[in-house]
Amino acid sequence: MANLGDRFRDLGRMDTMGSRESGLHRLDPRAKVLATAAFALAVSSFGRYEVAGLLPFMAFPVSLAILGEVPGGYLLKRIGLALPFVLLLGVLNPVLDREVLLQVGPLPITGGWLSFLSMALKLVLTAASAVVLVAITSMDGVCQALERLGMPQVFVVQIGFLHRYTFVLVEEAARMLRARELRSNGHDLTHREFGPLAGHLLLRTWDRAQRIHQAMLARGFEGEVHLLRRPSFGLQDALFLGAWCVAFLVLRLVNLPLLMGTLVSGGAQ
Amino acid sequence: MHMADALISPAVGGIFWSASMTAVARSSRKVQQDLDGSRIPLMGVLAAFVFAAQMINFSIPGTGSSGHLGGSLLLAILLGPDAALLAIASVLVVQALFFADGGLLALGCNIFNLGFLPAFVAYPLVYRPLAAGSDGRLRQTLAVLLGALAALQLGAFGVVLETVLSGRTDLPFRGFLLVMQPIHLAIGVVEGMVTLALLTFLRKARPELPQLAGPGGVTRRAAVALGLLALLLGGWVAWYASKHPDGLEWAIQRIAGQQALPPAVGGWHGRLAQVQAGTAVLPDYHFRGSREGSRAATSLAGVAGGLLTLLLVAGTGWILHLRKRRT
Repeated sequence: MANLGDRFRDLGRMDTMGSRESGLHRLDPRAKVLATAAFALAVSSFGRYEVAGLLPFMAFPVSLAILGEVPGGYLLKRIGLALPFVLLLGVLNPVLDREVLLQVGPLPITGGWLSFLSMALKLVLTAASAVVLVAITSMDGVCQALERLGMPQVFVVQIGFLHRYTFVLVEEAARMLRARELRSNGHDLTHREFGPLAGHLLLRTWDRAQRIHQAMLARGFEGEVHLLRRPSFGLQDALFLGAWCVAFLVLRLVNLPLLMGTLVSGGAQ
Repeated sequence: MHMADALISPAVGGIFWSASMTAVARSSRKVQQDLDGSRIPLMGVLAAFVFAAQMINFSIPGTGSSGHLGGSLLLAILLGPDAALLAIASVLVVQALFFADGGLLALGCNIFNLGFLPAFVAYPLVYRPLAAGSDGRLRQTLAVLLGALAALQLGAFGVVLETVLSGRTDLPFRGFLLVMQPIHLAIGVVEGMVTLALLTFLRKARPELPQLAGPGGVTRRAAVALGLLALLLGGWVAWYASKHPDGLEWAIQRIAGQQALPPAVGGWHGRLAQVQAGTAVLPDYHFRGSREGSRAATSLAGVAGGLLTLLLVAGTGWILHLRKRRT
């Protein structure tokens, strides 16, 4: 619970980061969303035993994080939160696939370990790029990009609403839980008590939704959220997107680490 | 139960992306047509509620572990399938972007497993027929429990299918299935109980609630048929795609010509080879038991080059950092 509360507090922090001003922040959100999507596609297209070829892809999240002033420790923490499930699924790989694929000094390395490592690396890369994307674009920016890239408007408005209400509701839930804890004398919450507790939260939520809707109607809401800034896709955005896409393509076709490794180790055979 | 980018191949990710986005587009259209404006903020707050309710952990009797609400069946019951799909999908988008749960490519799989299957299969095919036309407590209970069970079993099956088709782990289909389905049987029971507790409370507190589920009926059948067709088609295409090399991988192999690097002969390459001989720090190493000769032979070079790449990325990052500081 505390863990999730922390995560939500992090949400607020991310929003603050997203509203900063930098060269990266000013780029059209569409360019950043598309570049991140191309990145995910390139990374996940690598085969299961590929480790070395994935490493140069670190340049994308790392350079964006630095230029966009996303703190490294924060980034690592976010990635750490996403790790468990994937590692759970991959942890059997070393047991299931024991064929030795290469030998580094006295250490035999099996296919299972390679595929596990490859998965973990892909996870770190894609998770980092997603976190960095929001940190340099802001949620509103991402929503705007999604809409202008053709996502249905109702859906985009829905994402925006969810993002806004989450803060309010999470605080409300935290207050309720704190109040219960203070009165419960250390007893765990049972699923029987869950009904009324969550139910009250839901009812309050419901009423709140109605009030919000009336307030929105009073301000002329007609199913669309208007934003003041509508950036246009300029030369800089095209350059950003184009350069990264070319880089991903080249890195996907040319195994750079292998090339360098062959240089230092004196050829493959 | 989130799928992650690291677990899926582009082919599987792409197929489920297109399937899920088609469903989202269709539901968006329906929501815009069917619902009065007040449902739109309601969808927003209810999705946020599911998010917030996941903070409320409760102990599960006799196990020593704790659980929380998943919420997809609850949303389907309260909002109707179309609005529920949009609400769940929005939760997944926020999770993918903010919490790095899942990822952009895996988003399609996640919307399909956790949104489409509960809202368009479990809800209309299991919950509604059982709950329809009766206010009997037993029947309502049964409907919610079986609905939640169906939703989670289907979702778990989706995860297994997508993972195995992508071939990024070594988990065998049967073994993985035999682990995932029973685990999600337990999770489904818990989810059903919690959803039921919540609905029971809501019915007592606000008896007018059941009307909230949107207009039901004929078109739903078409939606279900469409969904199953998409599932079958998606499954078949993905299976076909996974037996052959990945479309993208195949294309890349064709473009690159060869997988391994060409041997150094003459000219530019020859000179490079001389440089290699001079710079080699790990000149002799050997491999054994290689599955694919060229792949294993290139792996050590991969390790060395990998370390170098890391150094390069770190170095470039450091320089960027220093420059950034100075400005």
